[in-house]
This record gives sequence, structure tokens and C-alpha cells, in this order.
Amino acid sequence: MTENVHTGSIPDERPPSNTVGPIAWLRNNLFNSWYNALLTILIFYGLARAIPPLLDWLIFHANAIGTTPQECRANGGACWTFVSEKLRFILFGTFPYEQQWRPLVTIAIIIALVLVSCDRRFWKPWLGLAWVLGIAAVAILMWGGVFGLSYVENTLWGGLPLTLMLSVIGLSVAFPASILLALGRRSQLPAIRVVSVTYIELIRGVPLISLLFMASVMFPLFLPTGVNIDKLLRAQIAFIMFAAAYMAEAIRGGLQAIPKGQYEAADALGLNYWQAMRKIILPQALAISIPPLVNTFISFFKDTSLVIIIGLYDLLGTAKAALSDPAWRGFYREAYLFIGVIYWVFCFSMSKYSQKLERDLRRGHRR
Amino acid sequence: MSMAEAVSTKRTFPAGGEVIRCQDVHKWYGEFHVLRNINLSVQKGERIVICGPSGSGKSTLIRCLNRLEEHQKGNIVVDGIELTGNLKNIELVRREVGMVFQHFNLFPHLTVLENCTLAPIWVRKKPKAEAEELAMKYLNRVRIAEQAHKYPGQLSGGQQQRVAIARSLCMNPKVMLFDEPTSALDPEMVKEVLDVMIGLAEDGMTMLCVTHEMGFAKSVADRVIFMDRGEIVEQNTPNEFFNSPQSDRTKLFLSQILNH
Repeated sequence: MTENVHTGSIPDERPPSNTVGPIAWLRNNLFNSWYNALLTILIFYGLARAIPPLLDWLIFHANAIGTTPQECRANGGACWTFVSEKLRFILFGTFPYEQQWRPLVTIAIIIALVLVSCDRRFWKPWLGLAWVLGIAAVAILMWGGVFGLSYVENTLWGGLPLTLMLSVIGLSVAFPASILLALGRRSQLPAIRVVSVTYIELIRGVPLISLLFMASVMFPLFLPTGVNIDKLLRAQIAFIMFAAAYMAEAIRGGLQAIPKGQYEAADALGLNYWQAMRKIILPQALAISIPPLVNTFISFFKDTSLVIIIGLYDLLGTAKAALSDPAWRGFYREAYLFIGVIYWVFCFSMSKYSQKLERDLRRGHRR
Repeated sequence: MSMAEAVSTKRTFPAGGEVIRCQDVHKWYGEFHVLRNINLSVQKGERIVICGPSGSGKSTLIRCLNRLEEHQKGNIVVDGIELTGNLKNIELVRREVGMVFQHFNLFPHLTVLENCTLAPIWVRKKPKAEAEELAMKYLNRVRIAEQAHKYPGQLSGGQQQRVAIARSLCMNPKVMLFDEPTSALDPEMVKEVLDVMIGLAEDGMTMLCVTHEMGFAKSVADRVIFMDRGEIVEQNTPNEFFNSPQSDRTKLFLSQILNH
């Protein structure tokens, strides 16, 4: 045996051909053991059975826009006329038909605000002002009654603007509240701690649906006669209360992951409590909390559909209402698929953005 | 600079003016009596090394000096301010007392430069440009200025500890506390940190160092304090301390750490 000492350098060699390339990939990922091979075959078989009929229904046998419901029923394919016919009702609910540009602009404003807020370069004080102005513009557009806009009662609001308003306004109020609750839960002051813990545990202990019921049915019973707080506002508050409790726990998880040394270093430099939290602890804790926080964001975006039980028509509510039109009864697959895609686009964007944010914030940090 | 040069600059008597005074300080962790009857006076410009076996209370003692730990009996006066429950006073003391930790405790989400400018900007209310200038001055001094825009996670342990020292210096502290600053370092990095500390000592910084680096104690310290089981057993000049220790406990400790 020769000793493993080389006088010159060893030239680069290509890896053995059975470890790279598409064949190797297939073998490593799909057929690396007999049960994985079996699973792969079963899954491909299932896909082969499911996809052609699905495509057939969705595209090849689908009824072009413009066909009547009768023709759709006879043909059997997807009836996209239903979606095009009911599009404005599903998106904007019972908002006066000729005024529906107003909810459309509302949607645009909210999405624009969210998109701008996604870019870390814009995380400046003016962004808060932009939000205040944006929300004010949304309120003016939706309610009207000024600038020549006709007044529209909020019982007529519905569809996507309602879903977006409930979730975006709800989450943007709940988020700062949840930070305070999470800090409160870890506070050294017993009174603050007890209040925070009680609040979080109380709210987390009841289903969202019961909180919404309470907000819509029980709460008015405690008000003096004649005083009436808007139903939409009550639902919004119920959402905020619920989301804040859940997010507080996600943030607490992040706070607990920060080593004690970080608090001590901040203290030793003479930073006061709020400076230490704002500059040292929260930036790190929130970065850690992104996955559970986004989880909460996504589930609350979808949970806004629960307001249907207290008679508010969000996106899911208007889709259901559209189905109750006798002329267009039975096209529930098209209706649910359509709003499903809308929900999915929003939720998937949130998920993708959070992954990007996680990557950005992690860059250069200590492992 | 070498340790020999450091010896030559050593003062034979304190420069005067009391910066820290502890009188009859006691502390308990639950039932455990960690600090017993600590009496200590530190003069401006004094370099003090605190040593002793693990669990003897030496870290706890210096952590009481900036109130990272609370003492339960006796009084501690730092820079003329008594440490009590008063939060404002505690913050005032912490501004004047820098601390360097065993595990550096740099802020991982901030760059080296931001680590250094944070406290001057927020606590001393310095303008950003001025704080950055100051930070670069001290980063230069610990010979790490070229890493100013990196994150702590990209630096070695020795580099991180030097940044931690610079971060403390940026507050222009009157006293520096070192809590085993080289204990978490790989052996080849100990010297670069000790060199920075020796430089500080030569410039007349008032320093209290908890350390096991006896070479540093011999060459730099004005006074060595030996603690065991929560009390100060012996304190003396390094020469006397190492050559003619008085108590049996000191002799035992020295024989354990000096004769491997």
C-alpha cells in the first residue's frame, strides 16, 4: 500500500456518472426504495386518472362566456358565464351597481398600501401617515356622503372590499396590540402581567365564532336602548381582539428565544426598557416569529369568511348569495373555485413574501 | 505592546478619587448566600483583577456594580450615585460603567458599526455622524475598523470581543467591568483581546477584571482581589499576592491554577 502523500496537486475530476443528471435524480428522489417506487407509481396513476377529466371540465368542454345556463347544464362542462355574469356581485356585493367603481378603487388602495409596506426600504415614518390617509380615503369611498359621492350604508357593503378591510385593518391594529400583550405577559410588573395573561387565555379559550356571536347578539343587550354600535364595527373589534391574543403568543415565542445576554448587554449600555425592546429585543424576536405570525395572518384572512354567520357578506358570502339566484342555481363548483382562487392568490403571496422577508432578515446574522 | 512594557507604566499608587465604594454588601440567591460582607473601594485609574474558584461570587460582585444583579444588604456607590431600586439612577450609573461579557453579547441583527453607535445615539443623544466618527475611532483602536460593516456572526470570537470592548468605550465610560472576557475564546485569540485590555490599562482606564489570566494580573493589575465562597479573602499588589499569599485558601487556589 502506498502512503497517501501527493507531491503535486490532484486535478479536478467529474463525479461518477450515476450520481448526477436526470437519471440519477429520478433514482434518488422517486425510486430510491421499493416502497417509494410503489408510491411514485400509485401517485402517477392517480394523476393520470384525475387530470384529464379535470382539464376536460375546466377547459376543453367548458362553456364559453355568453352561453345560457340551460346550455351549460346540457353541455356539462364548466360554466364560466356564471362567473362573468355574477362577477360584480361576487366582488362588490350589494353595493349600488353604478357606484361599484368605488369598492374597486378601495381594493386598489388597500392592495397598494400592502404592497408598499412589503418593501423594507419604505419602512419610514411616512408609511404610517400613508396608511392613515389610505384608510381615510377608503372610508370616504365606501361610505360617501361627501365630495358629491352618494351615501352608501355599510349594510350594503360586501365581497372582496369587505374581506380585505376586515383582514387588513384588523391585522394592522391587532399586530401592535399583540406586541404590547406579549411584552405585558413577560413584564416584571405583576399587575400588567396578570392583565395580559388573563386577556390572552380568555380570548384564546373561546372559538372565534362564539366571539362573533357575542359581538353581534349579546353585546347590544348590554348597551342602553337607543345606543347602537355598528354591526360591522363590532365584528371588526371581535376580530382584532381575537387576532391580538393569538399573535401575542406567536411573539412571546420569539421573545423567549432571545438569549438573556442580549437583555443584559442592552441594560449595561444604559438603554431604558423601551429603547432596549425597540432596538434590540423586538427586531430579533419578530424576525424569529415570522413563520407563526404569517400562519396567523393567513388563517385570519380566511377566517373573515365567518362573518357570514352574523349576516355580513364577505367574499364567501356574496358567492353563496350569487348561487341562490334561481336562474343560476347549481353552479357551485364554478363559484367556489373562483373565490378559492382569489383566496389562494392572497394567501400564497403572503406566504411567499414572508419567506423572502425571513431570508432578508437572516442575511449576515449569527446562526 | 508587550506585557513587559505594561509593567513599566504601572502606577505604584492610585491616582486618587473614589469611583466605587461597596460597604458591607450581601447578596442571596434564594437561601444561598453568594456575597458576604463585601467592602471594596476603587480609586480612579485603578486596575483591579478579581480571581477565585468558580462559584466564589466574583462575577456576581461585578454584576452588582452596574445593577445587573441586585444586592440585598449594604450599599454600593458608583460615581457618587448609590445603587437602589431607583431606575433613573441605575440608568445614570450604567452610562458611566462599561461592561464586557464572557459571551460578547453583541447584537447579531446590527452591524459592527451599528452595535457601537446604538447607545451613544439613543442614550447619549449624539447625532448619528458624530456617533459614527466616535465608533470608528474606537474600532480603530481595537484594530477592527475594516470590519465595521460586517455583522457579528461573520467575525471570529476574538474579533467579536474586541468589538464588544469598542462598543463599551463608545459610551466614554469612567469604569470598565470585564467578566471573564477571554474565557469563551479559542486559545489563539486570547492574546488579541488581552492586548486591547493592556492598552486600555496603559491609558489610565479604571478597570475591574474577573479573569483567570494570571499573566495579565501580574503585569497589569494594581491590586489583585481573591474571592472564595462569597467573601473577599485577600487583596494585595500582584507581587505580594503571587509571591507571599497570606491565607491558606489563596495558597491552595494559586497552587491549583499555577501548577498544571
